[in-house]
Amino acid sequence: MSVVTNTTTIGAIDAPSRRNTELALVVFAVAISVFAYANVGLALNGELPAGMLGYGAGLALLGGVAHLAVRRFAKYADPLLLPLATLLNGLGLALIWRLDQSERLLALKSFAPAASKQLIFSALGVAFFIGVLVLLKDHRILQRYTYISMVLALILLILPMFFPAQFGAKIWITIPGIGSIQPGEFAKIVIAVFFSGYLMVKRDALALASRRFMGMYLPRGRDLGPILVVWAMSILILVFETDLGTSLLFFGMFVVMLYVATERTSWIVFGLTMSAVGAVGVASFEPHVKDRVTAWLDPFAGWGTHQASEQMAQVLMAFGSGGTLGTGLGQGNSDLILFAANSDFILATVGEELGLAGVMAFLLLYGLIVERGVRTALAARDPFGKLLAIGLSGAFAIQVFVVAGGVMGLIPLTGMTMPFLAAGGSSVIANWALIGILIRISDTARRPAPAPAPSTDAEMTQVVRP
Amino acid sequence: MNKPLRRIAIFCGILVMALLIRDNWLQYVRADELNSHKYNRRVEIERYAHERGDIIVDGKAITGSAETEDSDFTYKRVWKDGPLWAPVTGYSSQAFDSSQLENLEDGILTGNDDQLFFDRTLSMFTGEKKRGGNIVTTLNGDAQKAAFKGLGDKKGAVVALDPKSGAILALASTPSYDPSVFAGNSMKDSDNRQKLLKDKDKPMLNRALRETYPPGSTFKVVTAAAALENGLYDDIDAKTESPLPWRLPQTDRDLQNEGNIPCENASLREALRWSCNTVFGKMSDDLGNRKMIEQTDKFGFNKEVFTPVRADASIYPEDNKPQNAMAGIGQASNRTTPLQMAMVASAIANDGKLMQPYMVAERQAPNLDPVYTAEPEELSRALSGENAQKVQQMMETVVKDGTGTNAQIPGVTVGGKTGTAQHGLNNSEKPYAWFISYAKTDNGSPVAVAVVVEDGNANRDDISGGGLAAPIARDVMKAVIDSKK
Repeated sequence: MSVVTNTTTIGAIDAPSRRNTELALVVFAVAISVFAYANVGLALNGELPAGMLGYGAGLALLGGVAHLAVRRFAKYADPLLLPLATLLNGLGLALIWRLDQSERLLALKSFAPAASKQLIFSALGVAFFIGVLVLLKDHRILQRYTYISMVLALILLILPMFFPAQFGAKIWITIPGIGSIQPGEFAKIVIAVFFSGYLMVKRDALALASRRFMGMYLPRGRDLGPILVVWAMSILILVFETDLGTSLLFFGMFVVMLYVATERTSWIVFGLTMSAVGAVGVASFEPHVKDRVTAWLDPFAGWGTHQASEQMAQVLMAFGSGGTLGTGLGQGNSDLILFAANSDFILATVGEELGLAGVMAFLLLYGLIVERGVRTALAARDPFGKLLAIGLSGAFAIQVFVVAGGVMGLIPLTGMTMPFLAAGGSSVIANWALIGILIRISDTARRPAPAPAPSTDAEMTQVVRP
Repeated sequence: MNKPLRRIAIFCGILVMALLIRDNWLQYVRADELNSHKYNRRVEIERYAHERGDIIVDGKAITGSAETEDSDFTYKRVWKDGPLWAPVTGYSSQAFDSSQLENLEDGILTGNDDQLFFDRTLSMFTGEKKRGGNIVTTLNGDAQKAAFKGLGDKKGAVVALDPKSGAILALASTPSYDPSVFAGNSMKDSDNRQKLLKDKDKPMLNRALRETYPPGSTFKVVTAAAALENGLYDDIDAKTESPLPWRLPQTDRDLQNEGNIPCENASLREALRWSCNTVFGKMSDDLGNRKMIEQTDKFGFNKEVFTPVRADASIYPEDNKPQNAMAGIGQASNRTTPLQMAMVASAIANDGKLMQPYMVAERQAPNLDPVYTAEPEELSRALSGENAQKVQQMMETVVKDGTGTNAQIPGVTVGGKTGTAQHGLNNSEKPYAWFISYAKTDNGSPVAVAVVVEDGNANRDDISGGGLAAPIARDVMKAVIDSKK
């Protein structure tokens, strides 16, 4: 990683932009997704799906346009982020289309085929992605909007309280005629902007003004204020919107960014203690959360009597039935999960039909996105960019962990969706925007410094690279 | 700021690693457990994903598989003539499990049995569609049809055995049911099954194997065998010591005969011909409870019989003297299944050798290669050949000019015994009509039959073994003999 930063400081040699690598990888991602789509059609109907050409063309168009935008507006951006997002989005579409054809799901009242909608959402997401690249010339501009972001984030988080709960959680706002939006997904980005701006200003106060106690640096009482406020907000979200996932996500993101900003381990200890207290406290009296915990502790015990447990048991059996290599796309019975099989539980379909190998591949793809994000944070030259990049990739990592861990029974289930994979407009649009911001930061980080004024001595001092 | 960033990178790595480890735990370590979990519908889906093997009678399948609509269980079991064969096959339902042969031979029929391992592995390579193996039964279609036709809409059961091998030739129970009506897993299947379960005539009860009846006078054959075996009497034409009237031991009650029949000191042959209660009651009393139990044990009483479908144990219990005397004429605490009485008749017809009753002749792999062929097996030596022939003579007299003339078949020697078993409090309920018999040709005995008819509709006086049950036995025996020609 240090090699990258070093070479970028050498002005006279044009750093490789890696745009062609990106193009090749995008083509590869589109090809894999089209193969997956064809595989589903062959397995379910014995023939290549009729919509294959449209699907392939649509996905290729999305990837291609996004790539051109990166080429034009963020020439030095990280070459892996866009192909990874394209691959996840493409495979997600294939999986959603596969579940669209499940007779079991079609028999459900609450189910509607989602693939074509998801393709439109993906297009919207890519539009957001391009919008970020075009409008946001430099991520540092966002710093100006620190407190506006805070207000916006609060509005986004509080809004769902005024709308009726859907499926046990108040995380939606419903707009008649358009549909429902999950504002939490967007709040994730906005709140990262606020934290970055806030912490950049306050980091010194938070880091240095502390007392030593039992080998740990304890922050001053007044500096505890912000973390207490965020903690209280997370708990409020949890209580009033019964949304365990979002609350965990925000609090986790805040602790990560606080730690990075102050380099004080004591914040992590504080953060973990407070989240543990909050989670146990809420889990013990909030029925919706209690339900999830019961289902997590012994999913099979509640068979036939406890709906949440039964669904969790179905999810686990889907994973188990997949085994090492899976049944093959279209040949499993993961639709036995019924409700939310194509959104919250879509990873179970991966588990059953693509097996252990498939799930591990997906987890590594997510891991790669996080890794590229962290690398961007390392490479960024300004503290705001570092904080924003680590905040977004940390949130992404926590979200993947909370969702995948919940679905695989590692932790209690929360109502969040796998980024890019699951059916759901808000999620896919917000995550494309998130990738857009990361790409913007990485472009700034990897962009060669402006060439110094030509000097006769310059050639003499040039570092000669092998 | 880069040091904490690197730590966060490691933290994210740990998160991903935790997920990877959890996934390996789920999909590798626990895969088998979850895959075969009792709540996992995939087990059932796989089970019904291919055609079930068939059960075969006379070289023809009596079962089949039909594709279902609106269900993820692709194939369900159907029967060509459900009521006719239900007592043999049992049912196999997607929603309600299976019974009898369908249950016991499930491994072969689904193709999952270990015996088919080689076959399965082979078809994995040849890419052949998976299919279950077949079960070839010993049953005789004509005899089975004759049995059902004879029983008609009366309640009852018929069991026919091949005395030489123990092969079951007919196994009928009425009223019967069509297992096809609840072979699926829809609400309709459930309703149909409920209807059958609630039916007061109990159509799903296999009366041939799972219902015990008082055997009535047919049991006198067993008493006679016990007397001969224990040396109480030797000559079936010599007078017995049988006073008339004869008082039941330890009571002040005389044992009654049916009508004014010549029973005083009647010989064994005459006593069986007229079905003398006094003679056989005293005989059982003279032998004593222990010896009677020993003889019934030899005929296969007092334990369950596996054909391989389980049949209830027929019982001859330890009891006091008067009860033991009454048991000697089949009117006390001893109860038998129709299968058991068919075993008694077959042991006598087979010169005393009791063969293990069985109904699976062959198990076939899906490619029709046999993986198992049944070998007849001797269950016990019920009585000596000499004594068996004496009982045969007595039973043949019964059919020739006794109570069982209705069972006569022209050109064939038939031996039999009627029974009319009283039951209910103070014999208040309509009696059961019994008939056990065997036929004999030049090649020994091809068939032994037991018939019981429990008819609530018939006029009480008309119910008798000779009247109701003997014609059914005759038709079944004739069907067997004709099918051998």
